Amino acid sequence: MDAGDISWWSVLIAVIGGAIRVSTPYLFVSLGETLTEKSGRVNLGLEGVLVVGAMSGYATAVLTGEPWLGVLVAGLAGAALSLVHALVCSLPRVNDIAVGISLFIFGTGLAFFLGKPFINPSAPRLPDIDFAWWSSSPQVQSALKINILFIAGFILALFMAWALKTTRWGLMLRTVGDSEEAAKALGYNILRVRMLGTVAGGFLAGVGGSYLSLYFPGTWNEGLSSGQGLMAVALVIFARWDPVRCFYASLLFGGATALGPALQTVGITTNYYLYGAAPYFLTLAVLIYSSSPQKALEGAPGEVSINR
Amino acid sequence: MTDLPNLDFPPPPEVEIWKLTKHFGAFTALDDVSFKIDPGSFHALLGENGAGKSTLVKCLMGSYRADGGSILIDGKETVITSPRQAQQQGLGMVYQHFTLIPSMTVAENLILGEPDLPQVMNWAKARASLTAFMAKMPFKLDLDRLVSSLSAGEKQKLEILKQLRLGSRFLILDEPTSVLTPDEADQILGLMRRLTDEKRISVVLISHKLREVESYADEVTVLRQGKHAGQGRVAELNRSDMVRMMVGDEPSTTSSTRDTAGNGAVVLALQGLGVENDKGLPAVRSLDLAVRSGEIVGIAGISGNGQTELVEVLAGQRALLAGALEVSGKPYYRTRSEMRTHRVKLLPEAPLQNACVRGMSVAENLSLRLYDEPPMSLAGFWLNRAAMRDRASKLIGQFRIKTQGPDAPIETLSGGNVQRTVLARELADGAALLIVQNPCFGLDLKAVAEIRQRILDTRNAGGAVLLLSEDLDEIMELSDRILVMSEGQIVYETTRAAAKVQDIGHHMAKRDI
Repeated sequence: MDAGDISWWSVLIAVIGGAIRVSTPYLFVSLGETLTEKSGRVNLGLEGVLVVGAMSGYATAVLTGEPWLGVLVAGLAGAALSLVHALVCSLPRVNDIAVGISLFIFGTGLAFFLGKPFINPSAPRLPDIDFAWWSSSPQVQSALKINILFIAGFILALFMAWALKTTRWGLMLRTVGDSEEAAKALGYNILRVRMLGTVAGGFLAGVGGSYLSLYFPGTWNEGLSSGQGLMAVALVIFARWDPVRCFYASLLFGGATALGPALQTVGITTNYYLYGAAPYFLTLAVLIYSSSPQKALEGAPGEVSINR
Repeated sequence: MTDLPNLDFPPPPEVEIWKLTKHFGAFTALDDVSFKIDPGSFHALLGENGAGKSTLVKCLMGSYRADGGSILIDGKETVITSPRQAQQQGLGMVYQHFTLIPSMTVAENLILGEPDLPQVMNWAKARASLTAFMAKMPFKLDLDRLVSSLSAGEKQKLEILKQLRLGSRFLILDEPTSVLTPDEADQILGLMRRLTDEKRISVVLISHKLREVESYADEVTVLRQGKHAGQGRVAELNRSDMVRMMVGDEPSTTSSTRDTAGNGAVVLALQGLGVENDKGLPAVRSLDLAVRSGEIVGIAGISGNGQTELVEVLAGQRALLAGALEVSGKPYYRTRSEMRTHRVKLLPEAPLQNACVRGMSVAENLSLRLYDEPPMSLAGFWLNRAAMRDRASKLIGQFRIKTQGPDAPIETLSGGNVQRTVLARELADGAALLIVQNPCFGLDLKAVAEIRQRILDTRNAGGAVLLLSEDLDEIMELSDRILVMSEGQIVYETTRAAAKVQDIGHHMAKRDI
């Protein structure tokens, strides 16, 4: 094995490790967005929710010294912000896309405003589990330090796939999101189902935000999210509104995000910013790939406004 | 038919409709209609579009509240206020537009209607129950298929299965075959027929297709303009009886033919026209047609025989697949400048959708033909709103459009006034070619007389008029030449003087023979 082989191998390890590390916020936001969109609404404000989650989680951890409490507060903050979206969209003739965009801007602004005093102090990090006891390679060891939230997200994806199919709640949510007429005929309260779907989605996105500030990169600053919440919305389309596919898609986006730093570890620093833009290219490619003038996307909830 | 297992249903109810009346504003959609549907019968409700069939069943299903009359179920007077309540009485309706959830499987769609769904589904148990249910049904569907992958016929079957699973013993099918291929239609109606033969359910079939009624129904009730126009056992009626009930008797002899008709120059000429409908099936097949100046050519036909597609092609809303289209001897590509030079004017059906911009004002809608040239447009881009409003005010007075003013949004106007607005726009500067479809659909008598007079005036001023109407009386009253359209072709032609309602009716129904 010559030196070139080793370095490419370590790029691969670094990308995989990066994918696992970076994908968690994508995963939580996309699962949350899946839940919201399955109910028939798009919440573009999840980027704002993500940032508010990151800020509030970090602040809580700084003040209490308890990172898990930070995660909970982040989720609750996300749910509260999404409740605004849910309530405003429940008014007649309100466009959910427009409300989402204003919520996105409001959420990031609010987080920057409230988060100013927390840029300097450092918060306790969330713990991780070491899955690399079998290897002596430092690269493998760093790649396989896996955060509990990542594992929780994976289990949540499986649970959501099961729940959407097997619980009454899941069927109700999908009915409301797919055909308002049918839902009305079945006597469901459409607004309430959508409200719960949006709030639950916001909770998950908030938890995703706390991962950013409490684990990776593990600080709070204003450039923390860099549009991951918006990309997660594109990712939901790519995953065809399927929670398990959201998991795979998150890994793919995480891997793309980790590409630049991974190449840097083996000394390739030219075009660093170009590689850094990989997830954005991927988002564009996904959207172009999935667009069609002729037919609606397979699996898309019928009442989602991008589908009408 | 012993191969069908029992459905374990109580027998179907006897439903009687007594003097049912329903008004929409000044318009009477349903006028004193009474009839009875015996348990286990296959009853057809026949009538042209707008005859009141849908209104009647919506009253029965509780979607509308009737203004008068009553509904008796098993002899007891019953007030039905909601579709849910109708369901509890065993009445179920299969709508033209499916109420299935496309991204769910057949099994999920069947389960959803159940009144007490558990928090966590026991799919094993539910599937067992569904499989047992399917085994009892006359037609089968794979439980795991996604609804979006089903054909229209399969979706229709699933709708029917859903109703049967909910325990409906009285099924209303609203034009079930309009979205189906002929084979699918025969299969579904045949299965419904078997279920009624065994007295397991009653069926009410809403239709305007005579063939279906003749082949499958026991009894028929015909509605025309909201009134009960006839009833009988299908076996005892012949086709021309039913056509006469549907379209009315020989109309009054107020013919308005002019002697000079038929001598003018050909204005509209169609040769071998071929057009497809939205589903990609041929709607107009190698159709030849000529309309001369100074004549009204009336095209009669039962709706859905290609009339709408023909008008859409002439309007420029639909691509033409084959054939040639000429106006005043020149090829006609349906561009705005051609419409202007040849003075082609159009009054399509449903004018609010097809000829107006809903959110715009009456004045703006009145200007749609002229806004891009002086005096309404200055230097080609600046709109002169004062000129628009002036002209609108003049037309509003001239055509007696009832509106709050030229600035009122067009959608606030009544149907008759929308029709008048479009007519005003199209006819204000005269027309060399006027294409009209169902111009008086759903209007009151005064508006009808006025609009018909405008059409006659256009003809008398030398215009060529192509009139497509489902109302045979209207065709007979206005036309100089009468054609019958069936299955996208002209199947019969006659002059007004030689026209007989029986002949026309016979040819209208021809495709069903």
